[in-house]
Amino acid sequence: MSTDESFRPKIVAFLCNWCSYAGADLAGVSRMQYPPSIRVIRVPCSGRMNPLYVVKALQNGVDGVLVSGCHPGDCHYLSGNLVARRKFALVKSMLEFAGVEPERVQFSWVSASEGGRFSSLITKVTEDVRKLGPQQAFKKEIALHE
Amino acid sequence: MNDITREIRSAVAGLFEEKRIDRFIGHEKGSVPPRSRPAFLSRAEDAERLVWDGFCSNNLAVYLPEIYRRQGPKKGNEPPLPRTGLLLKGCDMRSLIALAKERQVPRENVVVVGVPCAGMVSLRKLSAAVGGEEILDAMEEGDGLRVTAGVRTVTVRREDVLEDSCLSCRHPVPEGADVTIKAKARPAGDGGDAVVAAFAALARTERWAAFRVEMSRCIRCYACRQACPTCYCKVCFAEDNNPGWLGGGSEVTDAMLFHLIRIYHQAGRCVECDACVRACPMGIDLRTFTRKMAADVRQMFGFTPGFDIKEKPPLCTFREDDGQAFITDPDAKERSS
Repeated sequence: MSTDESFRPKIVAFLCNWCSYAGADLAGVSRMQYPPSIRVIRVPCSGRMNPLYVVKALQNGVDGVLVSGCHPGDCHYLSGNLVARRKFALVKSMLEFAGVEPERVQFSWVSASEGGRFSSLITKVTEDVRKLGPQQAFKKEIALHE
Repeated sequence: MNDITREIRSAVAGLFEEKRIDRFIGHEKGSVPPRSRPAFLSRAEDAERLVWDGFCSNNLAVYLPEIYRRQGPKKGNEPPLPRTGLLLKGCDMRSLIALAKERQVPRENVVVVGVPCAGMVSLRKLSAAVGGEEILDAMEEGDGLRVTAGVRTVTVRREDVLEDSCLSCRHPVPEGADVTIKAKARPAGDGGDAVVAAFAALARTERWAAFRVEMSRCIRCYACRQACPTCYCKVCFAEDNNPGWLGGGSEVTDAMLFHLIRIYHQAGRCVECDACVRACPMGIDLRTFTRKMAADVRQMFGFTPGFDIKEKPPLCTFREDDGQAFITDPDAKERSS
């Protein structure tokens, strides 16, 4: 556990085009404050998420991964997020089993009208990851020849 | 020659004579004792080559996707697909069902000769049991194995040298085989739940250290993938080059990523036959993680692969009330604190 206040985590946020991405937009235009820790990748649906993206992001050295989609029942494609929920449950369980901190990889639902929820979500995830400190375990170390 | 071998030979010869199959895949004596190897037969006379003993551990369902893979788009009237006969144990039979479910294999073109399985001998355990001496011959005698190793002949108990997957096997009898050979199956085990529970009981940092150490031995030969019947992708993510998910070097995180994702791809498919574990030249413990994935699928979605051909794969469907306790809810946290 790191209590280093100066550590600013890098978090990759995979946001669904139809809800969470618009929710992030709403948080922005409403001038809501949240930590500048996320790097957003827009996905067409949370069902588009491949567990490989989550693990690859960790390998590339991000400190945390957030995946956010529409609330169950609100999917633009009717059931994309419900199928995704099953995938996420397995990914979360498997990574935790292998020994990755469960707070590093988080999943959430944010609708397009929930700017406030988006900002509190990012605040919470950033704080969780900041407490864990930099992610070193899964990071790929590239040996550079000098 | 044992009774099971005799019965298999006559059943297979019968299938050829009745013209129910064009080819048969079974086991024959290998060139290096005591191993058996897959045998590909095309005539009734060839049935004499078949054997059945404790070394027929290969999961023969692995050949099916390649046999039935469509080469390019359909053009007019195509010749009928070959009819394949196949010798399967309990776990292999479930692999076949898992493949048929995903339409990789037309079940109606496969004639299954099923053998209730008494467990397969682990070559690693057998070699350790005879002190690493070169094994020249191994004969099954009831509950024991008479092994000629180096200059000695010793008898080991079969139960002591069986594969771990066989010791904990839940479904040793092939269900839904077209021809079932008379043989005695072993009693059902716990399915490896003990392995998962033991690993999960470790502290998180210990689990990570153990995982990393285990994966650091991987040489990325991909034998686990080749041996797995349900790893049938034409292009594996490991060999994608645009984007290249995995580096070419021997970096440990690449191995960890490969195994995590490969095992994840087996969710709802893995029948816990341990073909991957047996194929691994480094003896990596993939079992703990494949068992975990299978156990999760069973507990979360109530799905056991390889039985009902009509049931949808668990990751292609959903239920309204699937568990979502793992979902982060920022507002709930604020209320409780």
